Amino acid sequence: MAERERRQTPPYGGVFVAHARIMDADDMARALRRMAHEVIERNHGLDQVVVVGLQTGGVPLAGRLADALEEIDGIRPPVGSLDVALHRDDIGLRPVVPEAATEIPVDLDNRIVVLVDDVLFTGRTIRAALDAACDFGRPRSIQLAVMVDRGHRELPIRPDYVGKNLPTRRDEVVDVHLEGVDLGVMQK
Amino acid sequence: MTVHLLGIDGMDRARIEELLELTDTFDEIGRRPIPRVPALRGKTVATLFFEDSTRTRLSFDAAAKRLSADTLNFAAGASSLSKGESLRDTVDVIASYGVDALVVRHPMAGTPHRIADWTDAAVVNAGDGRHEHPTQALLDAYTLRQHRGALDGMQVAIVGDIRHSRVARSNVLAFSMLGADVTLVAPATLLPDSVAGWPVRVVHDLDAVLPGLDACYLLRMQRERITEGLIPSIREYVAGYGLDAGRAARLPKDALILHPGPTNRGVEISAEVAADPRSVILDQVVNGVSVRMAVLFLLLGSGLDHEPAADGEVAE
Repeated sequence: MAERERRQTPPYGGVFVAHARIMDADDMARALRRMAHEVIERNHGLDQVVVVGLQTGGVPLAGRLADALEEIDGIRPPVGSLDVALHRDDIGLRPVVPEAATEIPVDLDNRIVVLVDDVLFTGRTIRAALDAACDFGRPRSIQLAVMVDRGHRELPIRPDYVGKNLPTRRDEVVDVHLEGVDLGVMQK
Repeated sequence: MTVHLLGIDGMDRARIEELLELTDTFDEIGRRPIPRVPALRGKTVATLFFEDSTRTRLSFDAAAKRLSADTLNFAAGASSLSKGESLRDTVDVIASYGVDALVVRHPMAGTPHRIADWTDAAVVNAGDGRHEHPTQALLDAYTLRQHRGALDGMQVAIVGDIRHSRVARSNVLAFSMLGADVTLVAPATLLPDSVAGWPVRVVHDLDAVLPGLDACYLLRMQRERITEGLIPSIREYVAGYGLDAGRAARLPKDALILHPGPTNRGVEISAEVAADPRSVILDQVVNGVSVRMAVLFLLLGSGLDHEPAADGEVAE
């Protein structure tokens, strides 16, 4: 969710300074294609699959994952978006303002929900997303796809589909954007 | 620092727009299969109503519950007030239950402001005398914005008992802050002694303004105004200021008809007009919950009243 944090007021925001390019656009496209194959393999096709991007960083990736799924299987699964700001466990501890749309196009009862986010870090966003998703029905299963798993989990949560495993320091920031993935720090 | 919502007076356009944008989020939550989020879990919202109310009180209660806050309800009629307890003592007692927000309605103007001085809780003015009713103005502005995108340049008439109306006062401020042109329509006896400094035009003839309106906002007419000698009879008031089918036909086809409720059918608005497709009175009721969720969230959950975390760590 680097994109969201960057727009927060200091000290949460600041200017992102990249140290290293971790993935370029081609790497990301290849990773998304592989993840799409894994989704289809794991679920024996796309029957009942719904792709849900987490606001804001996961939403464009969810669209691209759905593109890749359609390319491979000929079927485009329904795509939604979920803003978990109001389900977070740090409400009141730091400014949390919902700012993006939640749109779940189908009832999630008995669906296979593939949550998509850009970066998996502490796992707290995903915990909130699991809570939020269950307000839209009772999915048969919920799976997690992330472009980057950077470690430092604080909750027993693991991804099902990973673009890249990236060991990081806690104070580093991973920025996922259209042209690639950068590792850097926030400067005040 | 505790943040309160005491009136539209004291807010600015940016603040109001921020609140209306936030309301979109809560509007979407209201349409979910389970319309509830855990955003205010562990917080307590108390409603203190020293005056009767249906929709304001219920919608604050619903808003708090949809945010997973606990609610306490105090109604003057059923309380120790009737045993002579003072307002100050009543507030202290309620505050001692660990209340994070107090939603106050009182017949005396300024009471919520007084209470804000006495307590650490966030105070929301739910109507104080003839002074202000800010959440009503916010939900009305939200309803107009929902149908028109923006209030800029909208021609809005507020019709009826302006003199006794806190809704009129808050709405004039909010609508004009958001760029609408507001016209007050009422007989001279139902206007305040002075509207000097109000950003409004005043007319006495409703029929003259109808064709140019984008929105017609009707205020509740109370029968007590006859005994007070402010209007000769309800019938005469209806003849001059009631929105019936004939007058509604002279409103533009896409004009909006609003009323804060409860409506006196056949007085300020006819039953037929209340059911007109241009009437957005039920939208106002639905939006009331969403707007009040936004207000409670902004005061209690958005972290506005907190110092930023010391370590400055970026959460993922």
